Amino acid sequence: MDWYPLFNSLRIAAIATAVIFFTGIFFAYYIAKLPPLWKGLLDVVMTLPLVLPPTVVGYLLLRLLGPTRPLGALMLDLFDVKMVMTWWSAVFATVVVSFPLMYRTARGAFESFDPDLAYAAQTLGRSNTWIFWRVRMPCCRQGILAGTVLAFARALGEYGATSMIAGYTPGRTATISTTVYQLWRTNNDALAFRWVLVNIAISTIVLMAVNLLERRNRTRRKEAAAC
Amino acid sequence: MLKVEIEKNYGTFHLQVDFQAERETLALLGASGCGKSLTLKCIAGIERPDRGRIVLDGRVLFDSAAKVCLPPQKRRVGYLFQQYALFPHMTAEQNIAAGMSRESSRDQRRRRTEELMARLRLEDCAGKRPRQLSGGQQQRVALARILAAEPQVILLDEPFSALDSHLKWQLELELRKLLSSFEGTVLWVSHDRGEVFRNCSRVCVLDHGRSSPVMEMETLMNAPGTVSAARLSGCRNLAEASPAGEGQVQVPAWGATLRCDAPWRAGVTHVGIRSRHIRPAAAGTENTLSCRVVQVWRDVDADMLVLRPEGGLGEMLYMEVPKGKVPSEDCLTVALPPEHLLLLS
Repeated sequence: MDWYPLFNSLRIAAIATAVIFFTGIFFAYYIAKLPPLWKGLLDVVMTLPLVLPPTVVGYLLLRLLGPTRPLGALMLDLFDVKMVMTWWSAVFATVVVSFPLMYRTARGAFESFDPDLAYAAQTLGRSNTWIFWRVRMPCCRQGILAGTVLAFARALGEYGATSMIAGYTPGRTATISTTVYQLWRTNNDALAFRWVLVNIAISTIVLMAVNLLERRNRTRRKEAAAC
Repeated sequence: MLKVEIEKNYGTFHLQVDFQAERETLALLGASGCGKSLTLKCIAGIERPDRGRIVLDGRVLFDSAAKVCLPPQKRRVGYLFQQYALFPHMTAEQNIAAGMSRESSRDQRRRRTEELMARLRLEDCAGKRPRQLSGGQQQRVALARILAAEPQVILLDEPFSALDSHLKWQLELELRKLLSSFEGTVLWVSHDRGEVFRNCSRVCVLDHGRSSPVMEMETLMNAPGTVSAARLSGCRNLAEASPAGEGQVQVPAWGATLRCDAPWRAGVTHVGIRSRHIRPAAAGTENTLSCRVVQVWRDVDADMLVLRPEGGLGEMLYMEVPKGKVPSEDCLTVALPPEHLLLLS
């Protein structure tokens, strides 16, 4: 069994999660502070990829990054870099599709953060940077961690947009999900089933991690309520 | 000295406060929703007033005309939040150290934290998280954290609202002792007249976002001046009144014309009397009312009679009587002593 698809999937998901972690927190933090109208509007834009079919996301990405399309042509001209049909093209697809999960969970965490804690720190003379890293982030840690894990899980399972923008080239752009489809299409049922098991195993571990985080969160809250 | 003169529109709510506090413990007394917390937030720099000036010991914290608005970090205003706002993921010790200036060295900070913990008897709590502490300990940690930042003024936002009542008096004594060693101004926000009466010498009454002039605590009790101040000072009997000449006022709600020692002044609309000042009428007393006893309301330290003056408009009078002195009759003639009648605008 060639393990390249597993390696490629994990690599894509890890890079995408790293990107989403920072952008998700950034947007969640600033959008949570906006006035209601802007917040509602931007919220829709940020969440849209969650409800759009991945093929629609893939189509939009191709329109943007394809070799004859604006951004794709520009990159080709300037750096001689093709934006589609490479292994890292899938990173674009997974970032867009998984981003809403991180954004929404982090925003929920930021919104349930008690603003008095930040105010108290301000009156004590602490800088806003200190407050963000030493108070806000630790207090919202559970939500941010849960968002990260969810985004990673989603990135790992991304198929629709990935297959459109990165295609399926064995040993180059193949991921677990595209491999399963390709093996099934070519009647290689036994191997397809093995990859399915691998996928289920990884997803189970990830979801167990989410549950564990949530349970810890809940017992903590219970403790706090009991005291 | 803290001088506050600000205005702020907050939706339909309009805040307009104007007071000056010396190096003292000044009470801000008001019902909930009257703008007490908003006033504190404006002083601390968490909220920005629309107009006005805030000056602390000669330092301008806010001045809309001169476009000055210091960030909370630069104001040196200590704020004790209602729920204390301790950082839940830090130990008591770390919370206190968080209040210390980053300019001092780690060693200095540790020494000062230990000093404060000893002073506030928090040695046993050092390693505990806020949720493992009792309400009183949480309050002390929050105070230690404020003192660590060396503020010039301390704002107490309903300091005992988060605590069980049976603990309060002891904590109140402790807080008082602690504040007596603090040299700056203290603003004590509360809706509890007893609490501010015991702990403050002067008071500024806030009503629907508007402040009245600062007065001595005794004045609030003896001559509150306004209906809202009288109500906040615990006066239960309030009724509309009009002048009836020769030191007399007419009170239709109680169906009586009463003589009043205080001279009538322009703007007076109401008359008030505290429940403990109403007495059973003796022979020859003036300002008597014959009433029907509607209800007896037994309280811990004294009993309260609910009376309906005959000839009134059905409004009740509340009269405090000592334990065991509840009259057995259904009808009772009471006297409203002229020296205790309050004229209110």
